[in-house]
Amino acid sequence: MDSTWSTLVLSLKVAGWATAINLFLGIGTGFLLARTRFRGREIIDSLLTLPIVMPPTVLGYYLLVVVGRNGWLGAWLHEHFGIQLIFTWQGAVLAAVIVSFPLVFKPARAAFEAVDHQLEQAGRVLGVSEWGIFFRVTLPLAWRGILAGLLLAFARAMGEFGATLMVAGSIPGETQTLSVAIYEAVQAGQDGTANQLVLVTSIVCIALLLLAGRLAPGRISHQTQEQA
Amino acid sequence: MMFDIDIRKQLTSGARHFTLQVRFRSACPRVVILGPSGAGKSLTLKAIAGLMQPDSGHIRIGQRTLYDSQQRIHLAPQQRHVAYVFQDYALFPHLTVRQNIGFGLTRGWRNPSRDIHDDNVEHWLQVLHLQGLANQLPEALSGGQRQRVALARALATSPQALLLDEPFAALDPALRQETRLELARLQQRLEIPILLITHDPEDADVFGDQILRLENGALIRQDTRGVGS
Repeated sequence: MDSTWSTLVLSLKVAGWATAINLFLGIGTGFLLARTRFRGREIIDSLLTLPIVMPPTVLGYYLLVVVGRNGWLGAWLHEHFGIQLIFTWQGAVLAAVIVSFPLVFKPARAAFEAVDHQLEQAGRVLGVSEWGIFFRVTLPLAWRGILAGLLLAFARAMGEFGATLMVAGSIPGETQTLSVAIYEAVQAGQDGTANQLVLVTSIVCIALLLLAGRLAPGRISHQTQEQA
Repeated sequence: MMFDIDIRKQLTSGARHFTLQVRFRSACPRVVILGPSGAGKSLTLKAIAGLMQPDSGHIRIGQRTLYDSQQRIHLAPQQRHVAYVFQDYALFPHLTVRQNIGFGLTRGWRNPSRDIHDDNVEHWLQVLHLQGLANQLPEALSGGQRQRVALARALATSPQALLLDEPFAALDPALRQETRLELARLQQRLEIPILLITHDPEDADVFGDQILRLENGALIRQDTRGVGS
């Protein structure tokens, strides 16, 4: 049970960090693509959406090529900062960020595009700065769509298997997340452990779903108003 | 001179070309630009508010130059101190009436709180008969109430001119006439110049000291009545 507990904590930690990072990355790129016009905008959108359609093992392979010990970024990080991402929990976070990014970025872009430009113009004429308009008008009105994406991304990061296994491996207590641990347990014929892990995962998933239900449209818009 | 406007703007959309060429000077405090939809009325207001940059020309209100292509002056909308009431009011749907009115008075990254107490906000709530609605969201208001909120929000920032885009179009006929007169009284009391655009000749008759006719992007005739009549 102890190892199940630590596996759960690790999974939550990895998914939590990945979601937090995607909060900033997803909102930033979503806003940029929704509000700026430049050539190649849709190509960038497609590239950023690729992780949805690509098999996670392919993503994991690309990550190994880039941040692996011999990868161009991996070698540079190791040489200058002594940072190594492969076979660490930070590597698992990186894999989860890449895999779940489109789930935040796509709804964020759509939510920003749905905000009426005229409201932003009204804010400008009233003398409020561009940053002020973003935090006081655009973000509160887009928040509902963004939050839905964040919940999906957290769930996706919790369940991430292929890319995580390739980048972070399966070191019990260090990089072995719930999904990976279940696979290992079944492979080793440890049905008891597998049962326990599957049960824990199911409970977490149902809890997430209930949480998402509590944040259903009516409540979310109410909260947005309060924050505003 | 209240308004000294000279705007040229070329717009191309697909195979269609549109040239806006609006040039007028007026010493009247209540100017109406009259014209059918698509004539370039809203574009003219947007240029004055700084939401659209003309190709060339100048925009001066009172003593201030807001735009001058020769002197390379193009103030941001935030620096123009011009109030703009949009045709569909553009109230912030996530903020109460009180927060909407206080919006331009609050700097920084946070909206005014729901129980903001600001003398200026209270003053405009009272002037435009909105006290009872102060804590409502815009979705709960009627068209006429929304318009008064938009007006209060615009005037609370103490603007040096007021731009109105079809302010009476969404109101029913009885309310329309009343609102025209109320706006005229408000203008006299505040002594700020108002530029109003409309497609309705009656708006122009009741409200305008000077009436400019805009068609296909160009002014075709100017009627001036005695100043202040």
